[in-house]
Amino acid sequence: MLGLTITQWLFGILSFLAIMFALMVVFTRNPVNSVLYLVLTFFCIAGHYILLNAQFLAVVHIVVYAGAIMVLFLFIIMLMNLNPDAEPRKHIVTRIIAGVIGGVLLFVMVGALKGAEQLQIVQGGPSQIGLVKNLGKVLFSEFLFPFEIASILLLAALVGAIMIGKRDTNTNDKDIINQ
Amino acid sequence: MIHLLIYKAVICVAVFLLALGVAAYATLWERKFAAFLQDRKGPNRAGKWGLLQPLADGGKMFMKEEIIPNVSNRSLFILGPSLFMVTAVMTSAVIPWGKPLMFHGKLYDLQITDINIGVIYLLGVVSIGVYGIMIGGWASNNKFALLGAVRASSQMISYEIAMGIALIALIISSGGSLSLKDIIEGQDKGVCNFVWQPLGFLIFFICALAETNRAPFDLPECETELVGGYHTEYSSMKLGLFLFAEYINMFISSAIMAGFYFGGYNFPFAHELYEAFGWAEGSFAISLFGFGVYFIKIFLFICLFMWIRWTLPRFRYDQLMNLGWKTLLPLSLFNLALTVVVEYFRGTIHF
Amino acid sequence: MSTASSPLDYLPILLMFIVALGFVVTTMVASHWLGPKRKTKIKLDSFECGIESEGNARMPFAIKYFLVAIIFVLFDIEVIFMYPWAVNFKELGMFGVIEVFTFIILLLVGFYYMLSKKALKWEE
Repeated sequence: MLGLTITQWLFGILSFLAIMFALMVVFTRNPVNSVLYLVLTFFCIAGHYILLNAQFLAVVHIVVYAGAIMVLFLFIIMLMNLNPDAEPRKHIVTRIIAGVIGGVLLFVMVGALKGAEQLQIVQGGPSQIGLVKNLGKVLFSEFLFPFEIASILLLAALVGAIMIGKRDTNTNDKDIINQ
Repeated sequence: MIHLLIYKAVICVAVFLLALGVAAYATLWERKFAAFLQDRKGPNRAGKWGLLQPLADGGKMFMKEEIIPNVSNRSLFILGPSLFMVTAVMTSAVIPWGKPLMFHGKLYDLQITDINIGVIYLLGVVSIGVYGIMIGGWASNNKFALLGAVRASSQMISYEIAMGIALIALIISSGGSLSLKDIIEGQDKGVCNFVWQPLGFLIFFICALAETNRAPFDLPECETELVGGYHTEYSSMKLGLFLFAEYINMFISSAIMAGFYFGGYNFPFAHELYEAFGWAEGSFAISLFGFGVYFIKIFLFICLFMWIRWTLPRFRYDQLMNLGWKTLLPLSLFNLALTVVVEYFRGTIHF
Repeated sequence: MSTASSPLDYLPILLMFIVALGFVVTTMVASHWLGPKRKTKIKLDSFECGIESEGNARMPFAIKYFLVAIIFVLFDIEVIFMYPWAVNFKELGMFGVIEVFTFIILLLVGFYYMLSKKALKWEE
């Protein structure tokens, strides 16, 4: 089939789907649909990880990103007032600024990718480096310090969330459902 | 390659039909069981002992009018129950159902796939299961449905943490493999993991009840407050999928508990028994017998689920959240510490 | 039992997904064709116990649910980090235990803070 192996075919299909879903995230009007397309994008990326035999990364991508962070996003979007009349109208200046910032980000991304061309791509059979066992050995010896720092980061996030979350509990909003 | 694909396709369909059949008859058994506990007869008109009742119920679901409310979000409304059903079925993909089977001189696993991150895969699929309920409840654009969906999803995510930590303790005491097959084969000698993880099992069991939204954790569809909870607006087969997926979830979580903590298809003195019968390794008889034993365990767990449902009253929401965060989470960490101490005395690790 | 594993192990999961999806699509389409269609405007209104529905269900919610979701994300990451340790429990030995329990204790400090601030107090 065009001289491509099955892996290459799968890579192509997954990449196409990932990019398409990523574009859909931006182009859909409904924020809930955007979140769902983002989840699909994550699944495609998890598929890429599996093709690279980085199984732990793949499943963590699903558990943490699709299963936790996106649930949080969905929670926030679903429990906001999404009626069309409550939608804030963006001022033209805001739109221009947003466009400029997005453009700069794109520029930076393209610039970063230019360096990637020189990377040597290691070919060969499926590497076993991404399996949980090998990953754990490295994580708990060589990358011990970043691992412990990560817990401090999580602690800071937890404290921050509670600080912000608890601040407006004494506002007595009638519209807010409590349980 | 084609050979492998056919074998995998056959086993996929077989497992799927198994899950479907068990779920269908679990609905009948639930009604019979409830009837028994309440001193009634239960369904007994459709066929002998009501054995055709699940088919009648299924047929009825197909024949009902499909209602999609005007105010709902059409595509998401359909997506919700579909996703819930798909995720319920996907959990069955990593469960080994019996000893490998010898067929035409080759050994075939009675498992869809043996991946070496099976445990985290289960956790991942369970965490995706939240989407079905959330999307369905929100897309209905009904206040009861929204409340039910929010309750269900925050309940499910709250109990996922304790479940994950209980599983870590299990992995440590079962020898450090994330593959379900390894965990079950590790109990081959007749000592099941429950011996080392009694507290872990209790935590996992409570979390399984909460994850499947079974009583006493059925607040998301608590009919006295929320009509039908997240499936208030659903009718026809879309409602059917929601209800059906709940039974599939119950079946799969029973299978997981029986496999993780009670040896799955292994049982004490299995090898002695097989030798006494003169059954060779990989023979059809051993596979079938192991499968039968596994199924009895699963059946007992399903009965336990039902017994609890028809005995205990429902939690209040604050009690539910407090149980999840303030009791089960510290308890599961305590269980982890305990496991480490026990492993030290078993000689797995040294100073 | 072998540690070697390849992407091919995941193909059956895709197959299972196709089987499940096929079933769902079939039942959906079948129930769509089989069921009666007698729609009226009132029937298609959202259900509010028989009285006329008021407004819709797009409304703001209590902050506690968001807090639960955020705390869940953090603890979920913690749990995921512990899996590579559990797999290497024997090899890492006591050193690994100390590492992970330092990690857990740091998060328990946050947990204690959360409880002392009554962030998850549902009784009010």
